[in-house]
Amino acid sequence: MSYIPNTDADRAVMLKAIGVKNMDGLFRDVPEALRYPELKLPPPVSEMEALRELREISEYNVDLEHAPCFLGAGAYRHFVPSVVGHVIGRSEFYTAYTPYQPEISQGTLQSIFEYQSMICALTGMDVANASHYDGATALAEAVLMAVSVSRGKRRKVVLSAGVHPEYRAVVHTYTQGMALTIVGEGADPLATEVLADMIDADTACVIVQNPNFLGYLEDPAALRTLADAAHSKGALFVVSADPISLGLFSPPADYGADIVCGEGQALGGGLNFGGPYLGFFACKQQYVHKMAGRIVGQTVDRHGQRGFVLTLSAREQHIRREKATSNICSNEALMALAAAVYLAAMGKTGLRKVAELCYHKAHYAAQRLSALPGYQLLSQKPFFKEFALRCPRPVDEINEYLLDEWGIIGGYDLGKDYPGLANTMLICVTEMNTKEEIDLLVEALAPDYFPRADEEGAPDMEEAA
Amino acid sequence: MREPLIYEISSPGRAGVNLPECDVPATPLPKEYLREDLPLPEVSEVDLVRHYVRLSQLNYAVDTGFYPLGSCTMKYNPKVNEEAAKLPGFVQTHPYQPPDTIQGNLFLMYQLQEFLKEISGFASVSLQPAAGAHGELAGVLMIRAYHESRGDHKRTRMLIPDSAHGTNPASTTMAGYETVKISSDARGNVDLEELRAHCDDTVAGLMLTNPNTLGLFDEHVQEIARLVHECGGLLYGDGANLNAIMGIVKPAALGFDVMHFNLHKTFSTPHGGGGPGAGPVGANEVLAPFLPGPIVVKERVEEEPASDEEWEEEEMYYYHWQMPPSSIGRLKAFYGNFAVCIKAYTYIRMLGAAGLREVSENAVLNANYLLSRLKGVYPLPYNRTCMHEFVLSGRLPDAPDVHTIDIAKRLMDFGFHPPTIYFPLIVPEALMIEPTETESKETLDAFADALIQIAQEAKTNPELLHSAPHLAPVARLDEVLAARQPVLQCLK
Amino acid sequence: MVEYAKDRRYLPTHEWVKLEGEEAIAGISDYAQHELSDVVYVELPEVGETFAQNEVFATVESVKAASDVYMPMSGEILAINEDLEDSPQLVNEDPFGRGWFIRFRPSKPEEYDSLLDAEAYERHCREEAEKGG
Repeated sequence: MSYIPNTDADRAVMLKAIGVKNMDGLFRDVPEALRYPELKLPPPVSEMEALRELREISEYNVDLEHAPCFLGAGAYRHFVPSVVGHVIGRSEFYTAYTPYQPEISQGTLQSIFEYQSMICALTGMDVANASHYDGATALAEAVLMAVSVSRGKRRKVVLSAGVHPEYRAVVHTYTQGMALTIVGEGADPLATEVLADMIDADTACVIVQNPNFLGYLEDPAALRTLADAAHSKGALFVVSADPISLGLFSPPADYGADIVCGEGQALGGGLNFGGPYLGFFACKQQYVHKMAGRIVGQTVDRHGQRGFVLTLSAREQHIRREKATSNICSNEALMALAAAVYLAAMGKTGLRKVAELCYHKAHYAAQRLSALPGYQLLSQKPFFKEFALRCPRPVDEINEYLLDEWGIIGGYDLGKDYPGLANTMLICVTEMNTKEEIDLLVEALAPDYFPRADEEGAPDMEEAA
Repeated sequence: MREPLIYEISSPGRAGVNLPECDVPATPLPKEYLREDLPLPEVSEVDLVRHYVRLSQLNYAVDTGFYPLGSCTMKYNPKVNEEAAKLPGFVQTHPYQPPDTIQGNLFLMYQLQEFLKEISGFASVSLQPAAGAHGELAGVLMIRAYHESRGDHKRTRMLIPDSAHGTNPASTTMAGYETVKISSDARGNVDLEELRAHCDDTVAGLMLTNPNTLGLFDEHVQEIARLVHECGGLLYGDGANLNAIMGIVKPAALGFDVMHFNLHKTFSTPHGGGGPGAGPVGANEVLAPFLPGPIVVKERVEEEPASDEEWEEEEMYYYHWQMPPSSIGRLKAFYGNFAVCIKAYTYIRMLGAAGLREVSENAVLNANYLLSRLKGVYPLPYNRTCMHEFVLSGRLPDAPDVHTIDIAKRLMDFGFHPPTIYFPLIVPEALMIEPTETESKETLDAFADALIQIAQEAKTNPELLHSAPHLAPVARLDEVLAARQPVLQCLK
Repeated sequence: MVEYAKDRRYLPTHEWVKLEGEEAIAGISDYAQHELSDVVYVELPEVGETFAQNEVFATVESVKAASDVYMPMSGEILAINEDLEDSPQLVNEDPFGRGWFIRFRPSKPEEYDSLLDAEAYERHCREEAEKGG
């Protein structure tokens, strides 16, 4: 089915009106030798068959409805209230384009204005844009913006090793043609204070993640010191933040951030195997003309009635073309709407409660796991919903055992990104993980079932099952 | 019609959700790390739902009416796509799950890569980019990486026709290249003389949209490819207009080296009021090693993996990630907008090869039919058979005070979304109209009738246009005020 | 009615410069502000920066366009018009007066002679208008 209403009779009338004999008459400009190639695609199916096929494909996955999961590392399983799906499922929202015609797009525009307001509330910043593709690209855009704020004169970026490894990879991808110097990634991810010494007069920005990739919270006072060090050299201070953590912990504005960005997937977005997600982005008022992306502003119509429009558009690619600071056009508007509905549903007390549930459950899991022989916490620093656990065996082996014998999806293998962190697992616990799930994980890793090292013999499969 | 802001319906103590009690012992919070206040709204669930439903009713959308926004391919978004993308087996998967546990996702992504290869003729496809502009950035970075890999450092210029989308030059700058503008000729093609004059060993490549933003298939596309390749450059394809040529011609066969697809235009995934989209990028053998990654590859399975019992005789392949050997790197975290990929996969499965060709034929038929009804009424700067869209000028000879913006706003009163306006830049007062294949002749006729009537009104009652829209939720908005005194949030 | 102030000189790109002793002030012409329509934002340089003649020193934005502004004579920026931050409309209302952009110290005073006088600039604008129309 190709969703085409034209009938053969319609086509005949239309071709006649155009003045061509047949369809072929419309494609004369296409080189004849190349016209109408065969496309080797599977034969089409009906809607019923398509849904059956898609369901079958989806069932080749182990989905998290059926497996306790302790993976986080930038993609988080949080509760999504029912209202979120119902609102973003309104096709007045999801089948609209970017709101270029404001008079008939007030729904999208006002909801983005409210989203911008709530992102400012969370981060403490003055202004926010309508979104980026995800947390990683939002961070890369923060780098471009910081360079642009210096009018291209500052060419160095101080990037903490505590920033998500894939975000750092994206910063490198985005800037590969710009001849920037990026330093800091070789340092200890838990020693953010060493970044201060790397800042100089050529530094465009200093970037940290809070909580960092290992789950640990940075001390706001220490971050304030780092921000002051950046500002004293004329560099911007950029913070990539977990928005759920901001329900409980200090907004980055309080410790001197100039730009706050991050992954907004946790705000009402599903896991969706990594996308679409939501890059949120906020900054101080003085930099708004250097911020990329769509921005919605309030105005009035010709009768003086309040309304909303896309504004400050002269920053953007469709007007400034090669002089624009970014090429972004489409963003993640529907995910921003989901985030706005989520934040409004949670409200002042709900978001704090979600953050507290994560905090308490993660700490319960950390206490119980680190009490097992052979397991210990990497650091005693405060953490939020993730923590790094030193394990007696390679993380891959543990995860395979957990999945095969207990149906548990284990944590993230930090050794993949940090050579010093072999046998260290990043464990994520959110409000979605019940006490029973945590206790099951602890039980699974207890030495009764799971010996500490290979030489003690393979785990007894029968007993575990 | 005024809907209060969510903060204006907030009242202390209300909540839109209830959360479970904590089922583990509490751990003390680190006091010096805590925030004092969290200025989020407090609303009940019913007020919240009504607020957003009322907001939705202020929107115009494909599901409420005809949306001929040029260059945006606002076709109908099939509902089966949405159902497929909501299957819990897809939604509830984490990007870092072990490959054994996500063979369904990887299979689907692999198949979509294969479908897009077949439709475009390219050797390899990466699903990483999250939008068209993101795919463009990938393409330009790939071209750069290719030249650099050959030690060819003097190529610093990207040629871009003056009809191009603004994202083309913006992507070029991000990749560290200089933009060189190439004019269009009197027939709306790339000016070959001017192109020849620019082709030398400093040219990294040319970014071509074909059909171009005038809705015209460049009559010299193969000659353009030859000229660019002869001077050592590469040809980038902006795939925004692929809806005109599926099953009609493969872009790779025309000489393109790399191209992005817009799944949210051509392959019917909804645009979401500004996104999410998806901008996969395809490349020929030469550029395939430079694709952003990872991409999905498959391996024949000799022995059935012991860990997966259901996975027996029929499935003989194991799917996993691979970084292309000279990849420009990651363009985003994780693997692309997977849920959007599900929708595009479903669409292609529903249509098949014949269906896709029918799409392009009818998209082009609808555009030419609409053009035939309007070309005597509005100035037509390039009088040729168009592809899936066409560009008129809103500069009516006998209504000098009326501008395209007035025509666009007046169209709202007739219940239509206006076309793209003031783009492409090379047509003064441009009206860029793309009807798509999913509209009926009756809809096209009603739209043509409205534009014809508006052209009349422009002469007889221009004030009616200047003060339009009259029937929209709000009257014409003051964009100058919004930009001069920006109010970008409601808390400060 | 477009005004062409006679007490200053112009670049063909529509910037004016007026000498005041050792110093000079610069802005954009009345013709330019008409072409731009409503100015919504002006991005100005920092005091102490130096620019060569014809180098971009500022950007002026309307709702639908962004235009570079070129330095009429080489020199060092002494002051910028801070009123434009809150009131960019001054560029439209009074382009030759309260809508000034910068005060600077010319490093090559002889460049003044190479600029268009009001009469030549007016001719240039008329030609440009005819071509564009």
